[in-house]
Amino acid sequence: MTLIEPILEPLADIGGPAQPLLDVKNLTKHFPVGGGFLAEKKTVRAVDDVSFSIAKGETVGIVGESGCGKSTTARLLMHLMPRNAGEILFDGETVGGTLTMRDFRRGMQMVFQDSYASLNPRLTIEDSIAFGPKVHGIADKEARVLARDLMGKVGLRPEVFANRYPHEVSGGQRQRVNIARALALKPRLVILDEAVSALDKSVEAQVLNLLTDLKREFGLTYLFISHDLNVVRYISDRVLVMYLGQVVELGPVDEVWDGPAHPYTRALLAAMPALDPDQRTQEPPITGDPPNPIDPPPGCRFHTRCAFFEPVCAEACPALAPVAGGAHFAACHMVIPGSGHSRAPKAGGNP
Amino acid sequence: MSATDAALQAAPVQKARGYWATVGRRFSRDKVSMVCAAVLLAIVLAAIFAPWLGLADPYQGSMIRRLRHIGTPGYLLGTDELGRDMLSRLIYGGRLSLLIGILPVVLAFGIGTSLGLLAGYLGGAVNTIIMRTIDVFYAFPSVLLAIAISGVLGAGIVNSIVSLTVVFVPQITRVAESVTTSVRNLDFVDAARASGAGAITIMRVHMLGNVLGPIFVYATGLISVSMILASGLSFLGLGTKPPEPEWGLMLNTLRTAIYVNPGVAALPGVMIFAVSICFNMLSDGLRSAMDIRN
Amino acid sequence: MLVYILRRIIYVIPIVIAVALVCFLLVHITPGDPLVAVLPADASAELAAQMRAAYGFDRPLPVQFGLWIWQALHGNLGTSIASGRPVLAEVTQAVGNTFILAVTASLIGFFFGVFFGLVAGYFRNTWVDKVATSIAVAGVSVPHYWLGMVLVIIFSVWLNWLPAVGNGPGGWAWDWVHMRHLILPAVTMSVIPMGIVTRTVRALTGDILSQDFVEALRSKGLKETQVFRHVVKNAAPTAVAVMGLQLGYLLGGSILIETVFSWPGTGFLLNSAIFQRDLPLLQGTILVLALFFVFLNLVVDIAQASIDPRIKRS
Repeated sequence: MTLIEPILEPLADIGGPAQPLLDVKNLTKHFPVGGGFLAEKKTVRAVDDVSFSIAKGETVGIVGESGCGKSTTARLLMHLMPRNAGEILFDGETVGGTLTMRDFRRGMQMVFQDSYASLNPRLTIEDSIAFGPKVHGIADKEARVLARDLMGKVGLRPEVFANRYPHEVSGGQRQRVNIARALALKPRLVILDEAVSALDKSVEAQVLNLLTDLKREFGLTYLFISHDLNVVRYISDRVLVMYLGQVVELGPVDEVWDGPAHPYTRALLAAMPALDPDQRTQEPPITGDPPNPIDPPPGCRFHTRCAFFEPVCAEACPALAPVAGGAHFAACHMVIPGSGHSRAPKAGGNP
Repeated sequence: MSATDAALQAAPVQKARGYWATVGRRFSRDKVSMVCAAVLLAIVLAAIFAPWLGLADPYQGSMIRRLRHIGTPGYLLGTDELGRDMLSRLIYGGRLSLLIGILPVVLAFGIGTSLGLLAGYLGGAVNTIIMRTIDVFYAFPSVLLAIAISGVLGAGIVNSIVSLTVVFVPQITRVAESVTTSVRNLDFVDAARASGAGAITIMRVHMLGNVLGPIFVYATGLISVSMILASGLSFLGLGTKPPEPEWGLMLNTLRTAIYVNPGVAALPGVMIFAVSICFNMLSDGLRSAMDIRN
Repeated sequence: MLVYILRRIIYVIPIVIAVALVCFLLVHITPGDPLVAVLPADASAELAAQMRAAYGFDRPLPVQFGLWIWQALHGNLGTSIASGRPVLAEVTQAVGNTFILAVTASLIGFFFGVFFGLVAGYFRNTWVDKVATSIAVAGVSVPHYWLGMVLVIIFSVWLNWLPAVGNGPGGWAWDWVHMRHLILPAVTMSVIPMGIVTRTVRALTGDILSQDFVEALRSKGLKETQVFRHVVKNAAPTAVAVMGLQLGYLLGGSILIETVFSWPGTGFLLNSAIFQRDLPLLQGTILVLALFFVFLNLVVDIAQASIDPRIKRS
């Protein structure tokens, strides 16, 4: 099993444990839509000024409704599409700066939601896993040994699965293949973009356990993107709530769950079906559809659906502000001292 | 590893078959396709080996045995308006007819696939330039375009092949571009990019295998159209020149004989029809053989 | 909707210009001198130069193109070298005849295509389907110029029911004398659109029948004939669009059939233009046919958008 190590060394830790593995600053992506003759040119602000960081060995979850910019964020972080603005620091380095794209590719890998679309239907499972290492200069034979070794690690018997094609295995097995493929380059950070969302509940649990095991074994850091709050709570250390391309709340998963500060987060949590009748909440359920991201409302983007709407919400866009000391932040006028919202803490006072 | 994982492992060891092997097996089980393939093979082989089949000289005419009927002893399929043996001319005719029918599609397949792959994979300005140029050619009905080009270039085999290639390149490019674009947007291409592979490697390993199939099927269907058009150009006098045996040209020169010997006059068309329909059926058979979803 | 139409029209303009350019350049890829056909073999260099100036062949290409477009916009497509008549007059007369033929053929092809397609799609994988699809494959695979000959052999030579050539005495009229001439070429021409429409409608019907809403209609207790009406409604926009494009192909591709039946249309005109090397006539005919095809595409797109609620916004 130690066969991999001499072939493909994982990238070295540079900044030590104190430096975040990933530091994202003001990440922004606008898509132009329409345009051309007689059509007004508009932009979708898919990701708008998003900043966060991920510590080494941590699992950070991103939650939000579909269309909130989760997947775009993932692709931006992977450098699969150009960004309009912002900085992505991988262990203190930027691609194009001191880090080559080639090394960056090895350091950060991704597992996609659609297990079928993310595997080439013309390649065997073994070929798919071995492709990455081969790109990075590993000889065909060694890459195959490595691929079979990884198949064992993700719980697929190589002698059964190595020569199969993606359509010949189940969804859960395919997602295991995708995980093995992502791990083949010995990455330090793995982005899991809705990686378990399409799976049956029982299979989902197995894959989640596998992910936890692999994290321990390979010393991985995860960015876990999902719309499933239960899953995010189960696997994440910290969580990031996105709404229409912006981060609205950010903090340790238990703190956010126990004391959600942003009305959107509260609504999301309230919308989760509670199994215990005593746990039923009286929170106002979220109303309406998310506004069109082509034309986001001014001010706080959530104000059109917010139960605590006051004029200030439509005027100024609230920045992330600390909620309860340390690591919990929310972008809501109700937590910003002196914001002008009637429920805001008094300016200067302790929140 | 959990108990359910162990259960997962219990799947029986089965022999996996590659995509093309599966397609080939399904294709070979399709009776219609196999019959068509056999007919085509027979026509092609007969055309290639015509000089060794002991046939009459396809150029040697005779004034005294013109337009003999089908079944005349010694002239199995009769003779044409110059007294030349029809069987011999039909078999020899396959040489030119198949060449001018198939070669344009082969050339267009090469050119169109390359253009379509480039346009589809690179997108952006490259796509715009290639596809907008293609649009212009699409503004001409294909028969009109073929005849216009052949008309100005003048009659001749090479000109006929050139004009048909020009007609088919845009069509194949369009198919290639749309298939490439749809494959390009699948996650496995992004996964390959994420593993650091360059454009050339991705096109070779990940795109080509997924794109070629549908384009190939389309091109097989085009051969049918191409056969009709190529022989049609000869029929109009824009392709092959007499006395070469070629089905379209033979049909043209025999046109005057329909009152005297309609059976013989119609024969060259039967050959074009047979080849054309066989390629169409093969294309259909291939398409359904490649449609492996379950 | 109005914006969609306007945008669609604007997009057509560069295509039209490019089409004109291609037609213009066609003449200039011609090997040899375009004047060869009109000049006597022993013409002096002086005469040749005069003729060249008269046709404008002595000016630089872009200027020639500009002049040509300018003239074309004023309805002047030049003069036929062979007949000395204005090209536009020759083409207009021929277009009318081709139009009669192509529209009749389209209607026949559409009618049978829809019929076979619906039947085949509805009774999928039965013998009915097999017969209908076989007819469709034969329709698209048959060399239609040969089919024309065969029909002439049967109906003109053997049975002597219908005339083999021409479009009747004098100008066209919708009377039996003229329409008898139309039957064979129109039927011959209709096999291609018939085959293509059959295939399209069969695929559409199959797709529609496999959709959930059909199941819902049946479980609602609708009679099969009523279900069938829904199928027809859903298949109609695409079928009409396919037919519209086919009409365009027929107009442009009529040359082979017009040659077989000596039908005095654009194809016939093209044929004589090619063999007399009458380049202005060739150029003009191709331009008119191509522009008509572009126009037809535009109409089909707009018509489809107005019938089909789903593509209005795209």
